[in-house]
Amino acid sequence: MKLNSKIPSGNIQQKWDNYKFSAKLVNPNNRKKFEIIIIGSGLAGASAAASLGEQGYNVNVFTLPDSPRRAHSIAAQGGINAAKNYKYDGDSVYRLFYDTLKGGDYRAREANVYRLAQISNQIIDHCVATGVPFAREYGGLLDNRSFGGAQVSRTFYARGQTGQQLLLGAYSQMMRQVAAGTVKVFSRREMLDIVVKDGKARGVIVRNLVSGEIEKYCGHAVLLCTGGYSNVFYLSTNAANCNISAAWAAYKKGAGFANPCFTQIHPTCIPRSGDHQSKLTLMSESLRNDARVWVPLKKGDKRKPSDIPQEERDYYLERIYPAFGNLVPRDIASRAAKRMIDEGRGVGATGQAVYLDFKDAIAKQGTEKIKEKYGNLFDMYYQITDENAYEVPMRIYPAPHYTMGGLWVDYELMTAVEGLFALGEANFSDHGANRLGASALMQGLADGYFIISSTLPNYLANASFGKAETTDKEFKECEESVKSKIAKLLSAKGNKTPNEFHRQLGEIMWNYCGMSRSEESLKKALSEIPKLREEFWQNVKIHQDSRFNQTLEKALKTADFLEFAELLVKDALERKESCGGHFREESKTPEGEAKRDDENFSHVSVWEYAGEKKEPILNKEKLEFENLKPSVRSYK
Amino acid sequence: MEKGFNITLRVWKKSQDEKDGRFETYKLENVIPDMSFLEMLDVLNEKLLKEGKEPIAVESDCREGICGCCGLVINGDVHGPDEHSTVCQLHMRRFKDGDIITIEPFKASPFPPIKDLVIDRSALDKIISAGGYVSVNAGSAPEANSIPVNKSLAEKAMDAAACIGCGACVAACPNSAAMLFTGAKISQLAILPQGNPERTSRVLNMVKAMDFLGFGNCSNEYECEAVCPKEIKISNIARMNREFLRANFICEEDPEMPLVFHKSTVDIPEEE
Repeated sequence: MKLNSKIPSGNIQQKWDNYKFSAKLVNPNNRKKFEIIIIGSGLAGASAAASLGEQGYNVNVFTLPDSPRRAHSIAAQGGINAAKNYKYDGDSVYRLFYDTLKGGDYRAREANVYRLAQISNQIIDHCVATGVPFAREYGGLLDNRSFGGAQVSRTFYARGQTGQQLLLGAYSQMMRQVAAGTVKVFSRREMLDIVVKDGKARGVIVRNLVSGEIEKYCGHAVLLCTGGYSNVFYLSTNAANCNISAAWAAYKKGAGFANPCFTQIHPTCIPRSGDHQSKLTLMSESLRNDARVWVPLKKGDKRKPSDIPQEERDYYLERIYPAFGNLVPRDIASRAAKRMIDEGRGVGATGQAVYLDFKDAIAKQGTEKIKEKYGNLFDMYYQITDENAYEVPMRIYPAPHYTMGGLWVDYELMTAVEGLFALGEANFSDHGANRLGASALMQGLADGYFIISSTLPNYLANASFGKAETTDKEFKECEESVKSKIAKLLSAKGNKTPNEFHRQLGEIMWNYCGMSRSEESLKKALSEIPKLREEFWQNVKIHQDSRFNQTLEKALKTADFLEFAELLVKDALERKESCGGHFREESKTPEGEAKRDDENFSHVSVWEYAGEKKEPILNKEKLEFENLKPSVRSYK
Repeated sequence: MEKGFNITLRVWKKSQDEKDGRFETYKLENVIPDMSFLEMLDVLNEKLLKEGKEPIAVESDCREGICGCCGLVINGDVHGPDEHSTVCQLHMRRFKDGDIITIEPFKASPFPPIKDLVIDRSALDKIISAGGYVSVNAGSAPEANSIPVNKSLAEKAMDAAACIGCGACVAACPNSAAMLFTGAKISQLAILPQGNPERTSRVLNMVKAMDFLGFGNCSNEYECEAVCPKEIKISNIARMNREFLRANFICEEDPEMPLVFHKSTVDIPEEE
């Protein structure tokens, strides 16, 4: 696999401008001749559809739910970063670049991260112009809040619903293009394969989830905006429909999969309550601005939190990380919580939680102020746990939330397959081994609104396109293979449901490849996953209806997770260092913190599909740091 | 471990071929109070699948009350018995042993049924594409702080923008009106200075689309406000009506804007 990252020349401040000037353009009159296929309608997909539609391309968007507005970006709570420096607290594009690269534990590309920081300000301008109701100060200007991993206040927010507001903004911009006739939305469609002809991605095979029909669509480029794979853990903060299938199909068609082991475990989620649990709910990281995290000093202290006096509480984040306190990055906070729980100091009925306490903030600011900032989160907490967090501290526990790994892309966001692009969480490019809070929304919109609209034209203008039609043999072959997979599932006569397999896979992943990983545990996972996969194909039971059939949808997703999980574990085993969200027991400092190994692992691990039942091939893209020297990531 | 209890469910079933459906009865044991309502349905569906019976088609996605995907009528209540909540936020602790729970889909003619509890709400997208946006291309926006926005107005816009597009307002309305949904989007963009240039055409086009798609009119029942998970206020309908009236007064003679606009009656509930 040839990995050409296509980083433009020039110093880091000039690379993006240099790129844009050297990129070829498509004449406005010719744009409508190009058909662009976009899979997914979240922040990345909707904003890409909008910006490409605005330029005059013909865009077809495919989405799972009944309306594109339901994509999972909608659930992001906290905010979106930008280097506006409105607080005049020392922020700059360079500092956002530095924080993001450092936060990612120096496992991302400098040039990509710098571009992201540069574009961040344009995103805010555009979102405000499209009517996103960001929070404001009394003077009418935009407000900011602090977020984990930064010492400046640069996060723009719309209550605890920033993802919703940004997505609805992008969605409405896309619907404007629907009205203009440049964008078509195909809802209730699941992409099952990508068609590659003459080395180029030229179309997709999708299943119409209502009629069950297998449909073929042809185009000049395919953009995967399909999000992340946290649901490989079964229990995560992701929506039920989030899945790996589109990215996995891309991998099997020759797109490299980069750093699959870089998964983010978010520190502040509501703990699980029982075996029926179907998902975990996030409590925004912004809560850590005002809340203090603590556990009892004594092991097994079963007293009510209000009965534990101040001197018998351990505010461990403030104690261990005095410089950042409760605002340390997510990976640090999650692991610290795990250490406390492992020491036997966890709280709640199961002992699998720590306290997130608002008492001091309420005393200082008043209940009303806290309600204004986080009211919807307190309501959500109450609905789920039946507890009033204005009176008792929240119980929180880490949960899988985001995946930094994803399809390998070059500077133009193109995967190793020509004409196949990956945007947003689906790609690997900007967050390294750990993503800082409020950076996912920034990246999704940067990719969709501002990057792809410059890089896709360069591809379209340079490539020579042969004729491609849905009647070509390449399309027929893909269609047949998808149909036979579905037929196999529909004729399966086992007695375990797809959900049971998925839950079992999740347990393997969480226990052996979760917050902390060792050679032993990973090898254990590697022996369990293939067994489970084999059992799946022999013993799965689904409802036999070829039309609207949610058990079939679930089975198709689970089948792909069962394959992908193995690659994730392989990658975790190969990366013997600890970095960011990836923590290897064998690589830690005496204090138990992650120990990076720059000498051996300062690279992107890019996995290449070698064929069924063959070992995947590991390729490495060396990471060069010309501007920031990788340093030990200390938040003390 | 908490003790479970037993319930009986009466669920609306309709195959893809049938025009109309019917209720079917299921018994479920050992329901845990901490389960969400949808998790209870998961348990039932797993059981049905294992018994070789057809699971109930029911939709949900985020399960944290923001995607607007789940939408059911439970014992006659849109989104269930909790006030201003979605089905996915409802937990079984609201029910007790021996309860009979009736579950139906949202029923409204602009939301055609697909199967069992699954309906098609894409008509709401069509209302948005008629004008629920600001016409600004990526890259052309001025510096974000160049237009200050009064904080309380921004909060008002946010109140309206919180709509999750679940369609509960339509389902709860005796006239299947989408005026709360449409009014919320129109209000958000009418309040913000960014939406001002298109204020007139937006309200005319969105109301036209709403009428064309078969949504009814507001007759001041306040049901929509009562069930809205995001507590969108009916004053948004009043604002839409004022915007509509204003647009009809000031819009210039334009062959593109036929008289059909005047079909929408202007009921103006009092501003709270």
